[in-house]
Amino acid sequence: MSAVELKGVERRFALGQKTLAALGPIDLTVARGEFVCLVGPSGCGKSTLLNLVAGLDRPDSGEVRVEGDIVRETSPDRIMVFQDGGLFPWLDVRQNVEFGLRVAGMPEAERRNRVDQLLAQVHLSAFAGARVHQLSGGMRQRVALARALAPKPRLLLMDEPFAALDAQTRDRLGIELQEIQAATGTTILFITHNLREAGCLGDRVLLMSGRPGRIIRELCIDLPRPRRIEDEGLIDTIRPLMADLRREVDAMAVS
Amino acid sequence: MTDHWLARQLRRLVMILGLTVIWALFSRFGPWPPYLLPGPFEVGQALLAGMSDGSIARGVLVSLKRLVLGFGISVMIGVVIGLLNARFALMRETLGLLVLGLQALPSICWLPLALLWFGLNESAVIFVVVMGSLLSVALAVEDAVRHIPMIYLRAARNLGASGLTLYRSVVLPASLPTVVSGLKQGWSFAWRALMAGELLFVGPGLGRLLMLGRDLNDMAQVIAIMLVIVAIGLAFDRVVFSRIER
Repeated sequence: MSAVELKGVERRFALGQKTLAALGPIDLTVARGEFVCLVGPSGCGKSTLLNLVAGLDRPDSGEVRVEGDIVRETSPDRIMVFQDGGLFPWLDVRQNVEFGLRVAGMPEAERRNRVDQLLAQVHLSAFAGARVHQLSGGMRQRVALARALAPKPRLLLMDEPFAALDAQTRDRLGIELQEIQAATGTTILFITHNLREAGCLGDRVLLMSGRPGRIIRELCIDLPRPRRIEDEGLIDTIRPLMADLRREVDAMAVS
Repeated sequence: MTDHWLARQLRRLVMILGLTVIWALFSRFGPWPPYLLPGPFEVGQALLAGMSDGSIARGVLVSLKRLVLGFGISVMIGVVIGLLNARFALMRETLGLLVLGLQALPSICWLPLALLWFGLNESAVIFVVVMGSLLSVALAVEDAVRHIPMIYLRAARNLGASGLTLYRSVVLPASLPTVVSGLKQGWSFAWRALMAGELLFVGPGLGRLLMLGRDLNDMAQVIAIMLVIVAIGLAFDRVVFSRIER
C-alpha cells in the first residue's frame, strides 16, 4: 500500500463571483519512506495540495488517501511543518515539542524521555528551557521539526520549511533532515520553490505547472545520500527541469 | 539601575511638589475663594480627618466591594458572550450588534431602569457597574479570540488538539494578552460607572462622600475624596494589571 495516493484531485476557490481553479486534476502516488519534493511557481497550489493531504482542507473532486484511508480530517499521523514554524510563543522549547504527546495523554516520564531524545536529534538539548523568541530562525525550524516528529507521524508535510533561512542554515538543516529521515523512515512530502534544494533532498522531484497546478514533470534522483547542495552532479541531474520551471514561473508572472 | 530608578523617583517628587505649590498659589490668588477651591493644606486636613474617623476607609471598602462584585459578574458573563460571538457567526451578527450598540450607551443611563427593576438598593448600583464593563469585556474577548493567528490553531489541531483541549492549550494563552488589556479597560469603565452610580445613589460609598461634601459645602472633603479615587485607580493599574500583564 502506498503512503499517499491522490486520484483526480481538484480544488477551486471562490473569488468574488468567479471560481478560481487552483489545483488539479492531480494524480500522485508516494511510496512509504519516500522523500518527494514538489517544485513550482508561487501560487501554483503547492500549499493547497499539502493542506489537502494534511486534512486541513477538502478537495472539490477526486480523492486523497493516506495509507489507504480517505483523508477526512487532520491527524497526528500526518504533520505539517510550516514556513515560519508556527511554534507557540507562550510555551518554551520543551513544551512546544511535547505538545502533541501531552494532547495524546502520554504519561509524564515517558514524555520526558521522548522529548529528550527528540531534542538531541535536532541538536537542541541545551535549549529545552528557552523561549521561542530567544531562538534563531534555524533553531525554530529545528524545534518545529522535533514537535512534528514527536507523535511519530508516518508522513511529514513540509511547506517551504527552510525558505526563510539563510543559505548556510538551510544546507545544514537539509543534511539533518536527510539523516532524520534515514533514521525514522518517515515519508516526506516537501514543498520548495528552489529546484536545487528539491534535487538535493528528494528521491523524486515533481514539477508543478502554474495555476491550476498540475504535475507536469517528474524526475527521480539517484545520487547517494546524504547529499549536499554543492555536490557535483546535482546540477546536471536537475538540469532537465530548469527550463520547464522557468517557463512556468514566467507564465505565472504575466497571467 | 538603582541610580536611574532614584533619579526617576526624584523627578516625580519634584514635579508633584511643583504642582502642589501651583495649586496652593491658585487656591490663594485664583478666581475662586479658598472655600470653593481649598489648597493642599486644607485638603490634607480633610484627608486626615476622613481617615481618622474611618469614613474614607468605610467608603473605600463599600465602593471596592461593589466594584469587585460588579466587575466579577461582568467578566464571567462577558467572557462567555465574547467566546460565543467569536465562535458563531450567527451570534456575532445578532447579539454582537446589540453588544456594539449598547456599548455606546453610557452605563449610568441604566440607573432609572435599574432602580425600578431592583429598587433603591445594592443590586441597582451593581447592575449599573455590570452594564458599564460587561460589553467592553465581551468585545475584548471576541476580538482577542478572533485574531489568534490561524497558524497556531492549524498546528494545534494537526497535533491532535480539539474541543476543550484546543481552547485550554491554545485559544486561552494565545488570546490572553489582548484579553487582559480588555479587562483593564473594562475595569476602568466599571470604576467610572460605579462613581456615577454612587453620586446619584444612597449608601456609604465614595461617590456618596463626594455628594456629602458638596451638600455640606466642604470642598476640601470633595477634593480629598477625588484624590482617594485617583489613588485607587492608579494602584489597580500599577499593581494588579501590570503584574498580570507581565
